[in-house]
Amino acid sequence: MTGVRFWREFGSRYRMLATRCPSCGLVYFPPREVCRRCRRASLGKMERVPMPRAGKVMSFTIVHQGQKGFEEQVPYVLAIVEFEGGITVMGQVVDCDACDVSIGMEVKPVFRRIREEGEAGVIHYGYKFAPMCYPVCAIDDEGAGGPG
Amino acid sequence: MDVGILSYGIWVPRHRISTEEIARVWGKDGKAMASGLGVRSKSVPAVDEDVVTMSVEAAEMAMRRSGVAPTDVGAVYVGSESHPYAVKPTATVVAEAMGATPDLTAADYEFACKAGTAAFQTCMGLVRSGMVKAGMAIGADTSQGAPGDALEYSASAGAAAYLIGSGEGVIARIDHTLSYTTDTPDFWRREGQTYPSHGGRFTGVPAYFKHVVTCGKNMLARAGTTAEDYDHVVLHQPNGKFPVRAAKMLGFPPEKAARGLLTPRIGNTYSAAVPLGLANVLDAARPGERILVVSYGSGAGSDAFDITVTDAMARYPRHQDDLVETRIAYRKFIDYATYAKFRGKIQMGRG
Amino acid sequence: MREVAIAGVGVTQFGELWERSLRELGLESGMLALMDAGLETEDVEALYLGNMSAGRFIQQEHIGALIADHSGLADRGVPATRVEAGGASGGLALHQAYLAVASGLHDVVMVGGAEKMTDVSEQDAEETTGFAADQEWEVFFGATLASLYALVARRHMHLYGTTPEQLAAVAVKNHAHGAANPKAQFQSRITVEDVLRATRVAEPLGVYDCAPLTDGGAALVLTTPERARELGRPAIVIRGSAQASDTLALHDRWSLTEQRATRIACERALKQAGMSLSEVDVAELNDAFTIAEVVALEEIGFAKRGEGGRCAPEGRTALGGELPVNTSGGLKARGNPWGATGIAQVVELYDQLVGRAKGRQVEDARVGLAHNVGGTGATVVVHVLEAVR
Repeated sequence: MTGVRFWREFGSRYRMLATRCPSCGLVYFPPREVCRRCRRASLGKMERVPMPRAGKVMSFTIVHQGQKGFEEQVPYVLAIVEFEGGITVMGQVVDCDACDVSIGMEVKPVFRRIREEGEAGVIHYGYKFAPMCYPVCAIDDEGAGGPG
Repeated sequence: MDVGILSYGIWVPRHRISTEEIARVWGKDGKAMASGLGVRSKSVPAVDEDVVTMSVEAAEMAMRRSGVAPTDVGAVYVGSESHPYAVKPTATVVAEAMGATPDLTAADYEFACKAGTAAFQTCMGLVRSGMVKAGMAIGADTSQGAPGDALEYSASAGAAAYLIGSGEGVIARIDHTLSYTTDTPDFWRREGQTYPSHGGRFTGVPAYFKHVVTCGKNMLARAGTTAEDYDHVVLHQPNGKFPVRAAKMLGFPPEKAARGLLTPRIGNTYSAAVPLGLANVLDAARPGERILVVSYGSGAGSDAFDITVTDAMARYPRHQDDLVETRIAYRKFIDYATYAKFRGKIQMGRG
Repeated sequence: MREVAIAGVGVTQFGELWERSLRELGLESGMLALMDAGLETEDVEALYLGNMSAGRFIQQEHIGALIADHSGLADRGVPATRVEAGGASGGLALHQAYLAVASGLHDVVMVGGAEKMTDVSEQDAEETTGFAADQEWEVFFGATLASLYALVARRHMHLYGTTPEQLAAVAVKNHAHGAANPKAQFQSRITVEDVLRATRVAEPLGVYDCAPLTDGGAALVLTTPERARELGRPAIVIRGSAQASDTLALHDRWSLTEQRATRIACERALKQAGMSLSEVDVAELNDAFTIAEVVALEEIGFAKRGEGGRCAPEGRTALGGELPVNTSGGLKARGNPWGATGIAQVVELYDQLVGRAKGRQVEDARVGLAHNVGGTGATVVVHVLEAVR
């Protein structure tokens, strides 16, 4: 039962709350209790701050042999996304085709279902990333409700 | 006190399946089905989407363009008939994701396709009574139809969230609301059943039409208006035909019902159907325009709203990427096998 | 601290060993090492064992005690320590064993590594390898170890123009080497085409870019050079034994395409040995994934930053080349039983330095370097061995 383990991190998992060292200003996501630069001096002093809402794909892969529990999502795109300040975060890229993903692409965090503990267990939600802008297809009003 | 909509947000999943593709699998004439139902395609949620995630997407859009702090939202209600948990509210996850916790009230609603508008009314009452500054009312569904059943062609997924409040920020005033509610067994699902059951043709005249049209007429009487006083009408839309007929019965020409009718392209999003239809109207509405909204939920009941767009709408940000039409146009068609996989309709070996 | 020598080595067959249990693998490799050293069980004063995940694979923890028991060491109360650091468990166990002898605490220490990965489904085994990554912020979102290395590969390709063919050349080379190693899991040659056409695991990596799931055990007997001489054994001395750590999660590294812990551990080990890389004659580097060997070559300084991909295609790292890398077949062809790999790498170096690496012998091999990595580089252990003439 891992519901509790993630519950205590909802602020970060649901809203991407990061931590910031008040001495040197470095921001960490996933959040850290100790600043990597200031170390012991920062213990107990780290502040919670929101992450920026825009990032760029730094690298990505299309996963064909999925992690356990993700079989139904295969193939899925995993990426490392870089935010302002050099903060890099791992997550899936969704709401687009795998072939639309490229290094340098702008993405924003979105809220999705990550995994569940079986049919009777807790559902874990968290962040994934989606394209910042939509490539809009032509609006097709008449008749053709078919593929393509 | 002007009570109404401060902001709204929407979400429609990207994938689509066409009526013809579903009909192909079940040996039906797809073109005839599409034309008979008035539904060409419907939205399909991805494997990682559900009522919670869609509600959060819609609520985040509503909050983002509202200028209201999440901690000022005193209530969150999510109406759906496909909440991910039978017990554990969607509303608390949404409230947490919004950053509105812990000083608020929250609960989930169920009333077939009108659970979303029931949430509207509750939030209106809480705001008007001064119990909360603002309330978030969400209608969202990832409804399912049994394989091969008529409902499979239309049951789809979507969400719309409305931040209800008062004061200068109100972009669309809700001047009147009234409802019409009876015990009518037109469509139901017992606990533990995967798919709903319905009364076939009984779902028409004694159910949908009786409630929508009576409620609509009652609202016109209450407001002292006729169809001519409104620029738009948004009615519940289980298919592409019923709302056009009901609109006509209320005296509305098809043009006034056009913007609010999304089912032909994205299917029936159940609790999100009327909220999304209204959102599409609001996306292009100008100050002074008046909208009649009548929802319908099986079981049965209708909620009607008399809405007038305010001057504040001219200052409300309606960017291209946030429009209903943009989200509807961003689509990818899938085949029935992929649809069945996404919707969990395939019997998986549990290892 | 005093010098430490390897008196004997042992390694089991690597592969899908349906008939062998973890106990048997630990026991066999230890006995082979003892016989190689010309010692008896009674001579062993302490046991160090590298094992990554017996708890997940066979529901057994307390591995040190298990193997000590089955080796006959427990009856004499010999201390046994299980060491874990993901894929670097073996190398780290060796480092700990080295310290036990170098410090003067013990004179004869057995260090081994063993892993039994095939008693669970392939899927469960792959899931377990992911335990070396960050569960909360990498695996939680669907990352597998392969997908993490794939992210490194894609970035490397983006920054430096490294190609899938260059990555494939690493696998081809290591399979060619493995073909001469009778203990290797795969003794078949493959082509670049085979690698490129193999089923995709996490693009751009395919099945042949990834080391297999393997059962196996390997062991070394450590003692003082004096004792090794008394036993009539060749003088193979551990000149450098160093370890470095880095962030657990790939996304927390300063750079995706660098493996700082490799650079640091390698510098420390060579400094301790008083040697430079140019003096190394043969190396066993981490090739859990083809891109891993490419990055390792850059971090140890054999290739310039971004040019690691050129080494295999240019033959610089093949048998007969400037610095033969992974003559054992590497993790890719020899196999990768996680806890055993770090030890097996040193077994290969030992065989090279004493001249008994039949069919794959590096001429006049005098200095060897072993590089063992945990996860995507959060732990790296490097050993430098010298054959003292």
